Amino acid sequence: MLLHHDFEGWVARHADRVALVCGQERHTYGDLARRAQSIAAALRRRGVRRGDRVALFLDNGVEFVAGMVATLTLGAVFMPINPSTKDDKLAYMLGDARVCALLTHESLAQVWGPAVASSPSVRSVFVAGHAGGAGTAVLPWPAPGADSLADPDSIDQDLAAIIYTSGSTGFPKGVMLTHLNMVSAARSVSTYLGLRSDDVILCALPLSFDYGLYQVLMAFRLGASVVLERNFSFPVKVLETMERERATVFPGVPTMFSMLMALANLAAFDLSALRIITNTAAALSEAHIQRLRALFPQATLFSMYGLTECKRVTYLPPEQLDIRPTSVGRGMPNEEVWLVDDQGLRLPNGATGELVIRGSHVMRGYWEKPEETAARLKPGPIPGEMVLYSGDLFRTDSDGWLYFLARRDDIIKSRGEKVSPREVENAISSLEGVFEVAVVGVPDEILGQAVKAFVTLAPDASLSARDVIRHCLAHLENFMVPKYVEFVESLPKTGTGKIKKTGLA
Amino acid sequence: MRDFKAQLRQFIEDNFIMGPSEPAVSDADSFMERRVIDSTGFLELVMYLEETWGVTVTDDEVIPENLDSLDHLQGYLTRKLSA
Repeated sequence: MLLHHDFEGWVARHADRVALVCGQERHTYGDLARRAQSIAAALRRRGVRRGDRVALFLDNGVEFVAGMVATLTLGAVFMPINPSTKDDKLAYMLGDARVCALLTHESLAQVWGPAVASSPSVRSVFVAGHAGGAGTAVLPWPAPGADSLADPDSIDQDLAAIIYTSGSTGFPKGVMLTHLNMVSAARSVSTYLGLRSDDVILCALPLSFDYGLYQVLMAFRLGASVVLERNFSFPVKVLETMERERATVFPGVPTMFSMLMALANLAAFDLSALRIITNTAAALSEAHIQRLRALFPQATLFSMYGLTECKRVTYLPPEQLDIRPTSVGRGMPNEEVWLVDDQGLRLPNGATGELVIRGSHVMRGYWEKPEETAARLKPGPIPGEMVLYSGDLFRTDSDGWLYFLARRDDIIKSRGEKVSPREVENAISSLEGVFEVAVVGVPDEILGQAVKAFVTLAPDASLSARDVIRHCLAHLENFMVPKYVEFVESLPKTGTGKIKKTGLA
Repeated sequence: MRDFKAQLRQFIEDNFIMGPSEPAVSDADSFMERRVIDSTGFLELVMYLEETWGVTVTDDEVIPENLDSLDHLQGYLTRKLSA
């Protein structure tokens, strides 16, 4: 069973069913398959083979989805990249994974242009909205045609995707996911949510984020439809779409729910078709849970917890929301989770420890990072098996329900996305005039946590907070850019001279 | 007609534009398409409009037709302040 097999099944049986709605465009399963086929043929002509990496540096839209299906059909590995990524980080990822083809937009040319120029592995760039002719590697988006391809004979142990995630070292790590990993995760999640083939999922989450990506994967598993929004910049527009398309499922993160609940005209929209709301990436406050349920009484709300390394870990069955609103629930179907102490010993209910995850959805490791992999994947109960150490601390109540306590590293969660303080510090340190910098997360009503930088300046240097923020905008994804910059005389230090962040806020 | 664009352009350049290598945003360019402003950026823009011109931006006015280019902002502020 490969990740795209269910999709192919729906194409064979119900080609005229709507798979994707993007703005005014509606794409059936058959239409999407034809688009994917032409991209796959073009990639093949450019020499892309089983196991090769293909980067999708694309906004939410039909190009992303067709590009993903095309890559899988070839037995190649797709690599979703957040479209707000800047050129030096893009170059890092293209080089790290030795990507051979890039699918992207003309409007991002300023970013991928320099990145591709310094990435010798990238032999082909297919550009949506581009007429072609800007060099031998840069090609227009493949036009639909009737191409047939030989089956690459992939198996479910092959990699389907590499998804980069922020690490505390400051360098992103590529999470390697097999077809089996992703099929297992999509099956478990869609099972506990009770998704159906007549569902209409409204996705305003970026597809470069696994939470967004799986909305499409789960829909394709069931033959359901996904309504893709580019982003959540204009909540009223998203609500109009939700109403028009009679959306039944709305996945969000706390930042989106805060923005929705702040709208005075929310009641003016007919959202009566909505039957499932999901939240993950950061916890909703109890007050927000109550508000959401009051605003959408017809919908069930799922609180969930996960990490890219295995997609999802826990969910709270909706009937438990009143009993234990702050719990993230327990393990999902076909998965085992438990807590361990510092020695790796399994703890009984009522204890506090690190969460360990066992199941077919657990990643194969970080791409070419054996040390980082060994810190997370450790031998499990059966010889030869590996289990995932989440790096997150939880407690269980006497019935075994899980409560998130803290991360073991210093990663900040802002707008539901992971921000590595080190990565932000590295960017700020490269700005002329900065002497030292420390980056922390501070509580924020809308963002969950906001990024805050404490900066000391070199003698005679003069910088404004704006200078620092603008520099960050040029080098970091938007969600990593500090909201606050505070200039200080000096930063607190430990006995060994390292910057001490406790107390900085 | 009052011109708001110069001041708005300054605000956007100070707050969102990446650097000197970035080509200038033309009056008709969509901030979203040009990737100048993202979702939290639009929240900041709304706050700036309210603070600078004393207007109240209602929820149903937070739409691209009002906010997503210098031309749209000019039209929106003109309508708001003459109302």
